[in-house]
Amino acid sequence: MSTGTGASVPTLGHENYLNVSYGVKSWLLTTDHKRIALLYLVSITLFFFLGGAFAVLIRLNLLTPQGDLVSAETYNKFFTMHGVVMIFFFLIPSIPAVLGNFLIPLMIGAKDLAFPRLNLSSWYIFNLGGLFTLYSIIRGGVDTGWTFYTPYSSLYSNTHVVATVVGIFITGFSTILTGLNFIVTIHTMRAPGMTWFRLPLFVWTHYATSLIMILGTPVVAITLALVAVERVFHLGIFNPALGGDPVLFQHLFWFYSHPAVYIMVLPAMGVTTELITTFARKKLFGYHLVAAASFGIAVIGFFVWAHHMFVAGVSPYAAMIFSILSYLVAIPSAVKVFNWMATLYKGSVSWATPMLYGLGFIGLFVMGGLTGLFLAALGLDVHVHDTYFVVAHFHYIMVGGAVMGYLGGLHYWWPKISGRLYPEALARFSAIVLFVGFNLTFFPQFILGYLGMPRRYHAYPPEFQVLNVLSTAGASILGIGYLLPMFYLIWSMRYGPVAGPNPWPATGLEWQTPSPPPPHNFDVTPVVSWEPYDFANRPDLKYPAPAPELGHFQPAAQD
Amino acid sequence: MADRVDALFFFLLGVSLFISLLILVLIIAFCIKYRRRAPNEIGAPIGGSIKLETFWMVVPLLLSMVMFGWGASLYMSMQHPPPQAMEIYVVGKQWMWKLQHPEGQMEINELHVPVGRDVKLTMTSEDVIHDFFVPAFRIKADVLPARYTTIWFRPTKAGRYHLFCSQYCGTNHAVMGGWVTVMEPAEFEAWLAGGPVEGSLAEAGERLFQQLACNNCHASSGKGRGPSLVGLHGSTVRLQGGQTVIADDDYLRESILNPRAKIVAGYGPDMPVFQGLVSEEQVLQLIAYIKSLAPPQAAPGQPGTAAESKRPAGEAKKLP
Amino acid sequence: MSQAHSALAEQFRDLEQQREASSLGMWVFLVTEIMFFGGLFMVYTVARAMHPAGFAQASRHLDVTLGGTNTAVLICSSLTMALAVYASQVGRRRMLAGFLALTIALGCVFLVIKAIEYADKFHHHLVPGSAFSFAAPEARPAELFFSLYFAMTGLHALHMIIGVGVVAVLLVKAWRGRYTIEYHTPVEISGLYWHFVDIIWIFLFPLLYLIGLKR
Repeated sequence: MSTGTGASVPTLGHENYLNVSYGVKSWLLTTDHKRIALLYLVSITLFFFLGGAFAVLIRLNLLTPQGDLVSAETYNKFFTMHGVVMIFFFLIPSIPAVLGNFLIPLMIGAKDLAFPRLNLSSWYIFNLGGLFTLYSIIRGGVDTGWTFYTPYSSLYSNTHVVATVVGIFITGFSTILTGLNFIVTIHTMRAPGMTWFRLPLFVWTHYATSLIMILGTPVVAITLALVAVERVFHLGIFNPALGGDPVLFQHLFWFYSHPAVYIMVLPAMGVTTELITTFARKKLFGYHLVAAASFGIAVIGFFVWAHHMFVAGVSPYAAMIFSILSYLVAIPSAVKVFNWMATLYKGSVSWATPMLYGLGFIGLFVMGGLTGLFLAALGLDVHVHDTYFVVAHFHYIMVGGAVMGYLGGLHYWWPKISGRLYPEALARFSAIVLFVGFNLTFFPQFILGYLGMPRRYHAYPPEFQVLNVLSTAGASILGIGYLLPMFYLIWSMRYGPVAGPNPWPATGLEWQTPSPPPPHNFDVTPVVSWEPYDFANRPDLKYPAPAPELGHFQPAAQD
Repeated sequence: MADRVDALFFFLLGVSLFISLLILVLIIAFCIKYRRRAPNEIGAPIGGSIKLETFWMVVPLLLSMVMFGWGASLYMSMQHPPPQAMEIYVVGKQWMWKLQHPEGQMEINELHVPVGRDVKLTMTSEDVIHDFFVPAFRIKADVLPARYTTIWFRPTKAGRYHLFCSQYCGTNHAVMGGWVTVMEPAEFEAWLAGGPVEGSLAEAGERLFQQLACNNCHASSGKGRGPSLVGLHGSTVRLQGGQTVIADDDYLRESILNPRAKIVAGYGPDMPVFQGLVSEEQVLQLIAYIKSLAPPQAAPGQPGTAAESKRPAGEAKKLP
Repeated sequence: MSQAHSALAEQFRDLEQQREASSLGMWVFLVTEIMFFGGLFMVYTVARAMHPAGFAQASRHLDVTLGGTNTAVLICSSLTMALAVYASQVGRRRMLAGFLALTIALGCVFLVIKAIEYADKFHHHLVPGSAFSFAAPEARPAELFFSLYFAMTGLHALHMIIGVGVVAVLLVKAWRGRYTIEYHTPVEISGLYWHFVDIIWIFLFPLLYLIGLKR
């Protein structure tokens, strides 16, 4: 990671956060938000490929209707571990802990987050929780599904529920502390002139995300703790035979876990906003409304949880209220999509890699969002609930949305993080591979769900085989799309061309400092005197000289 | 019902296709039309438009309210079974379905029903949460331990249809399923007549009622140590402390298994706890028997509507 | 969170910004804590609504005198904590140390009384699990009640232990003269935490001890 200089390629001369000190200790004890972001990057990449490995095994098993690869017991552990690892150890921390950590202080002109040591301890807490979960995987795994529904999880499963749940409980605190740190930082650490309505949308969405983190995470933490306590001490809080209520668990679980979906997708919306504005070189259409929409989503998102329980025996009148609220949460999401689209109008649209990811995000998020309308329609949800339709829907939001946003952001800010550019042609190729592979994997699952294939099935009736084989084939293409960036991004850290401070160029404060940034981000505290994304009034931005080839992206000239 | 669900599905599909194609076409058109032609080109300084924003907030809002209303009305008719439906009792356990017909037939992982009749399922689970799902009928409901949930359907075409468990319930979740066989009415009658059956469900319940010596206290004269059960189902029961409850299936189940939870006004907490002594199927048989004890005046199958059944349950005040 | 070693941490521009950040941080943390306890209060509400009689019955097995004493102890400790914050604001070192010590003492009294109560429950087989025994017919709801009693008061006691530890650190530093009129944020925000833990108890006491009282 500390490869800041190379012998055969142009070097990055200035003192920056990467070359200011070397050695393992200087990383493990760092309080620099940028280094902590990279520590998170390493951790969550490991978890991503672990979760991905489980996904591969799931898809391979589903190649045949009998599920020949593994036994039912093992398969159940696979999909549980896939869900647990991907949701709690990859998707929730992905954009906030890596990109948010790296960028929020830079974007608001601060030297660091408000509580740097707390930030480092968040990373340690995250890994401690991860170790518990890894321990449970090594000891034989857990088979409850990532939702841990009682009374199966509390009474019937004889797998390592407690270790997994403790792992998630611990990791929850790292999420809470990250959210707390972001809220305080955004409130108190903004540079002179950086008013609330000059903040980049990336910061707004992280603020909304942090609200969910601090309000929702403690509830799921205590709920899962109760499941663990119930298993260990045989309490009866969720046990119907002892007078408890198993459905109460679902209420408490989804009270967090539905907003958690917005923890995953809101930051990706923030990233997409940055990508669209930078690569259309245009002001964001309806800035105030897009910012407000983030809060609309975060707030309404807290009141829709029971739409996961329309067939769980809840009162029909309660179901109606949750249905109507679920439709209301669609409005701010739609506002965002339409505003991104309008931002492209009369822009100067570049087709650079991050933009491809941004456009991919919009496309997949629209499909994920619209299929959400199917699930919110009470009478229709009865049919498609707990089928592959739901699986496809949330993968369009979480993988199509959140992961596309994450990778788009990683490419966009990679020159800032590493100081170097990645190979553009290869990156565009892998973005397209990813988009194609993703749709091939998950689109057939919508059809499977409508035809009635329930989720979490180790074996299935033979008439569903064709669509399952298609999905598995798509997954292998998707896998290539994920592996390629890992290789070329690592390669570019040493061999990529030097990027310069503002290669695209973009308007944010983070581009006003050298790449990679110096240890304290800015040599002098910046003073902000411009509106966000205001390309028309930014004479300081340096555009590359006109080149003969049109429509192609060219990195900006060096300083 | 399946047709109505599909109609809503295709309406939503149409709206979704229209919106996503609109967005797709516009995005692609903008990306091509306004592609960057010179490296130092910048976009037009447009900040927003209140009119447009209002437009694309109000239109989706109206559309989504249509979807909500349609979905909700469909859901409400799914929630309310027609009164004359034939009632089948379902018990789910890891990993099988046990179904009982009112005529006494027991089935495992199979359900036989006639074409054209409304069928109501009253379901409970012996262990974890299961879910009764028949894709062809577009119905699904969670099957919860210690509670009854209901769904209903009306098969319109003879054939064999998949039955799935769609709430994850442990190792063999994927094979906890079977078939619903829909038969022509005549065939169904023949099927009902065949096979060894020892009387109807209510008769089985009656035998159990005597075996467990319930009749010692719950005399139909109303003079026993416990309240009379005649006409109880569907009536309003006054409890100790003044609250009232409707004597539905859930109330009967609780009062059999854990009688001290709700004590009828005027009676003591004398009844023993039957939890662990009777199985879920037996509880359902007892309930079927209690339901069959309709008061003479009340219309059969329509309990709770006659004023007679609304008599205060504490009228037979005998014991201190 | 408490930047005790140097008055101004390097990421902040000035002491004012640092004070504002620390204080906001504590408030946000307390919001999280409310949601944390909120999950338990929610479970309590649902369980009690399902079994009102059993909960009242079980509640009578709690010692209202000990609980009431503990309530009084905690309210006094909030007073001493508030006075400690006042002492730090006016820069009186000995007064600050004195009130912090008193707060610790009261916190310990609370924990000792709590331990006596717990021991009593063990003695009477009122701890949920295989050894649980309850004579009245509402044994199951009673077990549920005691599950929640131990979960809620246990979590609260854990917060008290952490609180006593935090105040002990404050005491050592106050004695060494770390806190001045210009810089006493750690005392202020620890005070917020202490009051919060108190308030949780003010809710726990009636919900657990008083619901069974004869009207």
